[in-house]
Order: sequence, then structure tokens, then C-alpha cells
Amino acid sequence: MIAQSPFAQTPSKTIPLDVERLRRDFPILQTSVRGKPLVYLDNAATTQKPRVVIDALRRYYEAQNANIHRGVHYLSELGTKLYEDARLKAQDFIHAADWREIIFVRGTTEGINLVAATYGRSKLNEGDEVLISGMEHHSNIVPWQMVCGERKATLKVVPLNDNGELVLEEYDRMLSSRTKMVALAHVSNALGTVNPLKRMIAMAHAKGIPVLVDGAQALPHMKVDVQDLDCDFYAFSAHKMYGPTGIGVLYGKSALLQDMPPYQGGGDMIKSVTFEKTLFNDLPYKFEAGTPNIADGIAFGATLDYVQALDWTAVMHYERDLLDYATEQLSGIKSLRLIGTAREKAGVISFVLGTIHPHDIGTILDQEGIAVRTGHHCAQPVMIRYDVPATVRASFAFYNTKSEVDALVRGIGKVLEVFA
Amino acid sequence: MAADELRSLYQEIILEHNKNPRNFRTMEDSDVSVEGYNPLCGDHYTVYLKLEGDVVKDVSFKGSGCAISKASASVMSTMVKGRTKQEAEALFERFHDLVTGKPGQSASLDDLGSLAAFAGVSEFPARVKCASLAWHTLHGALENKQEAITTE
Ligand SMILES: Cc1ncc(COP(=O)(O)O)c(C=O)c1O
Repeated sequence: MIAQSPFAQTPSKTIPLDVERLRRDFPILQTSVRGKPLVYLDNAATTQKPRVVIDALRRYYEAQNANIHRGVHYLSELGTKLYEDARLKAQDFIHAADWREIIFVRGTTEGINLVAATYGRSKLNEGDEVLISGMEHHSNIVPWQMVCGERKATLKVVPLNDNGELVLEEYDRMLSSRTKMVALAHVSNALGTVNPLKRMIAMAHAKGIPVLVDGAQALPHMKVDVQDLDCDFYAFSAHKMYGPTGIGVLYGKSALLQDMPPYQGGGDMIKSVTFEKTLFNDLPYKFEAGTPNIADGIAFGATLDYVQALDWTAVMHYERDLLDYATEQLSGIKSLRLIGTAREKAGVISFVLGTIHPHDIGTILDQEGIAVRTGHHCAQPVMIRYDVPATVRASFAFYNTKSEVDALVRGIGKVLEVFA
Repeated sequence: MAADELRSLYQEIILEHNKNPRNFRTMEDSDVSVEGYNPLCGDHYTVYLKLEGDVVKDVSFKGSGCAISKASASVMSTMVKGRTKQEAEALFERFHDLVTGKPGQSASLDDLGSLAAFAGVSEFPARVKCASLAWHTLHGALENKQEAITTE
């Protein structure tokens, strides 16, 4: 089995990432908590925001605020342009073929719900199947469970091996004439596994099955090209890729989007309304009812400018090195067990420490100014699969450093002292 | 500062009860058993009671969770055995005031015994639910609740 590596193209000679300079772009990274410099290792929950994003939000409310679309006055036209520019930047960033394929939503969760509620509800019939994987976030499980329940369809789950990789032979076997949709995480938030998506999408397409990708944990760590992947839908959240909360993107191939019924009804999503009949708007507005999240949309535009300007070859190289270092350092702790040891990983290290409960570990690390997440990470089936009640998850971004990893290791030393 | 607060949370008594929990067993012939769980962190215990009229004749618990929740369940089990329902409920109330940092508590810590070790929890709002899970579950059992108790 040849795993497709997002890092395979990394040439040996890259200009190293100037992390100290990048860290200065993020005001919160200069702060202290509990009297210690903040060591922020909870990036999979949400990333920190660079100053340019914070400034864009402030600028909008201070000098640009107006409702957009259909306004004839200066501010409305300005806001509309900034908001629509963000859409073009998103199109460019994920290399979508057409700007109309970028639908603004609240985030990954809403993007997946949109597809389940429109495409799913209109295409699924009794006896049909939706295929997801055993490493999905609850947001890529529950919407499918809901629509399957309603349409009397069945939810099928691709199993994981002990390392946290999908078993592709099983996946291939489970793709059947009854399968109407495949929905997969690009990167697992609980295990860090990077799935061989391009290959998995081709396998589904060979049987005529569309594929939705939950890209929430991929965009912060790698450049994604939706045309190269050939996915049918791709959902992601701005707040996990250095942008504001409350905005995200659902990408969909226009032929599919065109065919789908609208999601919510209201203003903006219509061409004309009479009490007898409503003519729906064109893409992407057909799926964007009501006043959108203008401020965060515009700040997302600033986010996209920021991430677009990063040297992604250097970022991926740096993050891989950091993750390798962290894995090595943590593996040296005797009672520590890594949960998720896939060959291709990004951004996440999950672990348990002997019989010490993750919650206690999280509290002690917090006293050292170290922010990690403890719990089931909205992926309870993953916890069940590896027979742990919860894990500690350290998740990284390009602004994290090896000395922060060292702080984490020292913090775990403190935990072991307390529970000696 | 941080180290002091940690020590006040993870007191020796708490660490010891976590390591060697008392009355940590399923009770086959219990009169009531109620499950309690914290959906946020997965802490999950069952509390078993044997009652004689109004008196808690025997109490045990089983399950898993963090050190705070387990030690609290253990200490609780030692404190309520032989007490009446009313006395147990009154202890719960005082314990709750203690871990939520209600003023005027420190004056009357003496008669709280091992429960006083949980005073440090009030400095850690995220852990109050851990400390009180077993007590909420006990409360459910005393009221003969049929459904599981959750902290949410
Ligand atoms: C893999 C994955 N999918 C989906 C989500 C949901 O994202 P949001 O809460 O931004 O909608 C998350 C966030 O935790 C995630 O990690």
C-alpha cells in the first residue's frame, strides 16, 4: 500500500521558517497565563489569530460596517466588495475551479449539515448507505446519522487499524452499489492521521460515489487543492486556520450544488418571491440565506492573505520536524502511550499516561501555562476503539517551537511527580 | 504560587484515596444503585446503597474517572456510612459549599474530616464537577432516582 504523502514533494533545500518572526504576528503568543509564558498546544481546537486578522475585524466595525448585497450606498458597496473578495481568496487558496463553488457557512459543522440535509435528504432512499470512517469527529457522524434515520438508510463505518490508519481493503470492500455518499476526514483531530484521500476518492469515484471531505484539521497544516483531490465537497472552518470564529467554507462541485435543493429559506437566497412561487438565487447565494457573518467573512479575507503569503513548503517541513521531535521526546517517557501512530500524521499528538487520568494531567499542565486538551475530542468512537476513557492531546501550529515541546515534557515530569 | 495551588488541589489525602479507594466494589445485594457521569470528561461511577429505614447501612462505588472524582467518591463512601439520609444530604450541602468556595466555610472545616481536603478545588472551577459527581450520584440514589445522573 503506497501512502500518499503530503510531504513527499518537500525538496531537501528549503528556506527555514523564521518562526520567531512569525510568532510576533500573533499578539496572544506574547502573553503569560498563571505567571508563565503561554505555551499554546490546543491548536486543533482553535488556532490563534495574527494581528492582521484582529485589525481587519476592528476596521470593519469602526469604519466599514453596513449590510451587504443590494445596498446602493458607499459603505454597503465597500462591505460587499470586501466580503466577496474573501470568497475569491478562498477559491484561490483551495484552488477551486469557480468562485460560485465557495459557499460561506458558519464552519465545518454547518458545511457538513448542509450537504446531509440537502444532498443527503434528496438522494438517500431506504436501503441506501452512507460510508464514513471510524476516526470522524462527531460533526461528520451525527448529521449523517440523522439523515440516515430519516431516510431509512444505513450508516457504515470504515475500521481503523491499531496505528490509527483506515483499513483500505475494508474501505474498498464497503464501497457498494448501495453507497450513495462517502464522508471522510482529511486529517483526524483525535489521532492526527492524514488519510490517503486522493486514492480513496478515486476508489469511490470508480464506483460513481461522491465524496465529502471534512478538511477542518487539514487546512491549518497543508496546502489543499480540491481539483487535484477531485473531492465533491470539502468543508472547513476559518477559526482552525488562524482566522475568526463563525465563518467557514463549504466547497462543492458546481454540477452537484446546482442540482441540490436549498438549505435554508430567507433573504439573499432568492431571485423573486410571490406567495405562489419563489425563484431561488444562483450559486453560491442559493445556500446563503439571511444576512451573513460579514465581519468575520471580511476578516477571513485578511486571514487568507496571511496564509497565502506563507512559504508552505517551509511550513510543512517545519511542522513535520516539530511533530517528529515531540513524538520522540514524549516516547521517551516510560508510562506514556501514544494513541495514533499512523505513518502520515499532521499537527496532533494524543496520549495517555499510565493510569493517571487526562483531566488531572490537563490541570497540572495548565498550572505551568501549558494549554492542552483533555477528553474525547468530540470523537468518542475513537476513544472506544483504543479502549481509553479520554486522551491528552497536544496539537501544534507552525508558530510552536521545540522549546515549547520541552516545556510540555517538563510539565509531564511534574505530573509524574505529583502522582508518584 | 502555582505549585502551592497544585498542592492544595492534590493533597496527600486525595492522592492516597485515589490510589487506594475505599468501598470500591460493586454491591450485588444493594437496595439502590445509580449511575452518574460527566459527559464532558467521561468520568463515570455507579453508587450502591444498602438502606435500613432512613439509615445508610452500606455504601460502595465502582467506575472510573480522574483523581479528584475518584478520591471524592471514596471519601464520600467513608463519610455517609451509618448516617441517616438527612445527615448525608446535609453533608453534601456543606461539601458543595466548600468546593464552590461559598464564604464562611473555613471556620467550620474541623468537623468535616477528610472532606476538608477538597477545599482547594474551589480554586479550580473546571474541577468542581469532578469533585461533586459522586455526591450528586449519591443524592440521586437517596431520592431513588431511576435515570442516570449527569453533571450537565
Ligand atoms: C476534524 C474536525 N471536523 C469538524 C470539526 C468541527 O468544526 P467546527 O466546530 O468549526 O464546525 C472539528 C473541530 O473540532 C474537527 O476537528
